[in-house]
Amino acid sequence: MWRNPEPRKFYDVIIVGGGGHGLGTAYYLAKEHGLKNIAVIEKGWLGGGNTGRNTTIIRSNYLWDESAHLYEHSLKLWENLSSELNYNIMFSQRGVLNLAHNEHDVKEIRRRVSANKLNGIDSEWVDPHQIKKLVPIMNTENCRYPVLGASYQPRAGVARHDAVAWGYAMRADELGVDIIQNCEVKKIRTAKGKVQGVETSKGFIRSNRVGVVASGHTSVLAASAGIKLPLQSKALQALVSEPIKPVINTVVMSNAVHAYVSQSDKGELVIGAGTDGYNSYTQRGGYNIIEDTIRAIVELYPIFGKMKMLRQWGGIVDITPDASPILSKCEVEGLYFNCGWGTGGFKATPGSANVFAHTIAKNKAHKINAPFSVDRFVSGRLVDEHGAAAVAH
Amino acid sequence: MFTIRCPYCGERDQSEFSNGGEAHVARPKDPEQISDREWSEYVFIRANPKGIYYERWVHTHGCKKWFNAVRNTSTDEILKVYKMGEAPPPLKEFKNTIKTPSGEPDVGSGNFSVKKP
Repeated sequence: MWRNPEPRKFYDVIIVGGGGHGLGTAYYLAKEHGLKNIAVIEKGWLGGGNTGRNTTIIRSNYLWDESAHLYEHSLKLWENLSSELNYNIMFSQRGVLNLAHNEHDVKEIRRRVSANKLNGIDSEWVDPHQIKKLVPIMNTENCRYPVLGASYQPRAGVARHDAVAWGYAMRADELGVDIIQNCEVKKIRTAKGKVQGVETSKGFIRSNRVGVVASGHTSVLAASAGIKLPLQSKALQALVSEPIKPVINTVVMSNAVHAYVSQSDKGELVIGAGTDGYNSYTQRGGYNIIEDTIRAIVELYPIFGKMKMLRQWGGIVDITPDASPILSKCEVEGLYFNCGWGTGGFKATPGSANVFAHTIAKNKAHKINAPFSVDRFVSGRLVDEHGAAAVAH
Repeated sequence: MFTIRCPYCGERDQSEFSNGGEAHVARPKDPEQISDREWSEYVFIRANPKGIYYERWVHTHGCKKWFNAVRNTSTDEILKVYKMGEAPPPLKEFKNTIKTPSGEPDVGSGNFSVKKP
């Protein structure tokens, strides 16, 4: 699979965080930018954070041009990722429906469909009749918030989340990247406005370039270098049911009643809940949140009413004020952040890793991630994606 | 998932309350005089520590009154609740149960990918 090396004393680039985004960044740094001396440092095991905790939905139907370019770049990389990594990541383009339940939803989603079309993204408006054809088990009329229509992106879908981490890890390892697991970064050491390296549970490791891809824990690491980022960490929950025969062959998301569901290849329903309303690092989440989600799921799909849920878990997501990520340099030279993906980072894994590797290698943002600089919170040029980010923040 | 002792109503389930984010954030006295960066800090930047944290809560489904709390965000233990206008208790009063900045506490973490020593 991959080696388990002891850390060297010095690396050209250190990536903090061994999830999909971090491992992908190391892979593209080695493959596209010719860097050889790279380490990925992970506190637990690979993909044990949000990479292994999300609901694996992939889509690119975001409103603003900046986001559309970023997520579509990612979706194009997803379409080729199994062959690129020579590892089956089980990418299944089964389509995504984003439901509208009220007049405002209808207007907002139709506007987003139009914006998507102008950006060359396959997005279309479907009416309740077409939705019923796609998902016959959905109760579109006899419910508190009837389904009035939806956006549909056929190229969207799901992938096997662990396989993404493992695929990137194997290929990065072959290119010479040191993957160091069970090693916690305790502090980012800086001097005179430059990064010096990281203090870890396996000692100090020197580097002139450090990329932090630590999702929920990014604030903690940034604080150790004296940097404040506009992030709030909250628990986001998901749950899976007992496995059943195939009943739903697309992904259905609903912002308004807060329920989204897909069926895994094993037959389990994969259900995403919302975030807890307070900052937390506990990776658990409150039962009232999953109760809300399950209530909405049962109303939308009465057929699921008697099913049993097998597992429930939480991940800590880092949320920005505009629900868009931060892929950016900062005031410390050689320190880069890839964070703020909030509730929807999995879909962006290859695209984010690809442009972040460019940012670190060239010390300059790729044109795709230039709008996602942390300076946007000073200039006011926000990329407000609260509508397209399916989980209410 | 925890309970909160409302200073007016007593101990209730957390789902009765809404969180108001970081407590004791003062609005700049002279917004016209400060730089865009300082204004941005006031508008967008809030503390997000793993550990002891001052925050605001409102008893939405109860007395609807606001109050402050000190909570450990790595375990969700509420360490102190105090009324609006009262001075914040010094953080030194409370013991942080995590040994490293992004470490996991012995009790209260759902992160099983990190090996306990």
